[in-house]
Amino acid sequence: MANTLYTRRVWTNRIGILLSMFAMAFGLTALLWILWTLISNGFAALNGDFFTQDTPAPGSEGGGLSNAIVGSLLMLGVTTFVSTPIGILAGIFLAEYGDRSRFAKITRFITDIMLSAPSIVIGLFVYALAVATLGGFSGWAGSAALSLIAIPVVLRTTENMLLLVPTALREAAFSLGAPRWKVSLDVTLRAVKSGVVTGVLLAIARVTGETAPLLFTALNNQFMNLDMSQPMGNLPVVIYQFAMSPYENWQQLAWGGALLIALMVLAINIGTRILFRQTDLKQ
Amino acid sequence: MPESIDLHAGRVAVFRRQDRLFHGVTQFFALTVLLTLVGILASLSIEAYPSLSAFGASFVWSNVWNVPDEQFGAMMSIYGTLVTSIIALLIAVPVSFGIALFLTETCPIWLRRPLGTAVELLAGIPSIVYGIWGLFVFAPIFAEHVQPHLQAVFGGIPGLGGLFAGAPMGIGILTAGLVLSLMVIPFIASVMRDVFETTPPVLKESAYGVGCTQWEVVTRIVLPYTRVGVSVGIILGLCRALGETMAVTFVIGNANRITGSLFSPGTSIASTLANEFGEASPGLHLSSLFALGLVLFLITFLVLAASNWLIARGRAKAGH
Repeated sequence: MANTLYTRRVWTNRIGILLSMFAMAFGLTALLWILWTLISNGFAALNGDFFTQDTPAPGSEGGGLSNAIVGSLLMLGVTTFVSTPIGILAGIFLAEYGDRSRFAKITRFITDIMLSAPSIVIGLFVYALAVATLGGFSGWAGSAALSLIAIPVVLRTTENMLLLVPTALREAAFSLGAPRWKVSLDVTLRAVKSGVVTGVLLAIARVTGETAPLLFTALNNQFMNLDMSQPMGNLPVVIYQFAMSPYENWQQLAWGGALLIALMVLAINIGTRILFRQTDLKQ
Repeated sequence: MPESIDLHAGRVAVFRRQDRLFHGVTQFFALTVLLTLVGILASLSIEAYPSLSAFGASFVWSNVWNVPDEQFGAMMSIYGTLVTSIIALLIAVPVSFGIALFLTETCPIWLRRPLGTAVELLAGIPSIVYGIWGLFVFAPIFAEHVQPHLQAVFGGIPGLGGLFAGAPMGIGILTAGLVLSLMVIPFIASVMRDVFETTPPVLKESAYGVGCTQWEVVTRIVLPYTRVGVSVGIILGLCRALGETMAVTFVIGNANRITGSLFSPGTSIASTLANEFGEASPGLHLSSLFALGLVLFLITFLVLAASNWLIARGRAKAGH
């Protein structure tokens, strides 16, 4: 009796462990397969024209994605510029003033919702708020939609980082007679600088690949455009449009664009890891 | 001496004013998050009002989406959203559990960090990459090599056969579910790994000490200890799947009907919005699309509220 029980337990264990290895192998294979097709299809498109030429007309040969790359970078820049101070200051409020207040509690809950809210709904909101009322699709509207997605990410990381700062550090600064705002900005925020920068970078990585909120806000523009008040070309929407098209040249460019976006996101994510590891070592 | 005291009193007063300003400014920015949520609910409701008042509550379960006749209902989009997300979770949850188990228990120590980092990095790949891969690479292979076999095996079984009926086109509800599952696996797996690692070593060591196998330690010690974290990870994965636009739009086929077969093309809320919003004429069509967005937002809101409730209850039970 004891023997059969033992055998059964051993075999359950073996099968379970084997299945977990299969799961790991399955997951890695599938994801490496995706990355491999992305690289092998996209790499051919990444030539000089890709970065210097505008998007080609339907059915024509050649061309590149320069207008989309510039549009994406412009909107990402504005998004970073807007969402960083808002997210950090809101994060400071939750960490420094939001101990037991009901307002802070609700804000935390709402931040959780906004972190996981479908991005296409944010696009609908900005459309209803800005595009429909203020007249037309624009780069500003696209940046607004991306900022609404980025702010909760910056806010949450800033708050979590600030909560790691020991209370003794704040008390030491207060005992020297420093006002609260100075303690917040010059002592606690400075102590977690690299963590906050990581949060900002993660937010940028998060919005770099966002397509859905740009569909109804920035729309697209087949020409180079530096005017943020006009519809603006951007990588994700161009990739979507080109990949769904029947033209082989467009599909090729879509692969190139997808590879470029994936590389940008990977580079940012790896950068945050290096940044964070360096500060780990220092401490 | 009194002069210097007065000097300090002046500075303290200045500090106090500055602090009040700082408090106000930070609170104002925290308020923006709240205002965004209120704004989303309000603006979607206002824009959706013409449609909701024309079709009433039956908008949610009406199975018509007819643009020329201006008859709109959300059922087929809700169906597509829910079925693709359920397929995605059915595959992603066991696979992610396996990956997390492997990474925390069986994997050689030197491989843990690189493999764990790889899984985390893959969780950040933009969803449009999964969509374009699904359309150009996965769908043709799936249509040629997998769908005929599924039909051959399950087609004859009454009940089950219907799920695999229809022409094997590669794109459809099942493909969308599979691509979604690949998209959420890295996310759920990295959350599960993180919470598995919070199990106190002393608990696991005691279990090994009384002769438990690895499988028993994970299923009877680690999993019960981390069940709140694991459920929250799964719920967040579900939210991503429900609201995902690009990975689904490319491969779901975009057909406004429910056939009951997993092979047939369908649509989800997000993919309907992505496809039709740009060309919708103002009026009932546009308003119905806003109503769809509202439905999607409310679904994810409820799911997230449930997860928050789980966390709060878990904390209360643990006595924090």
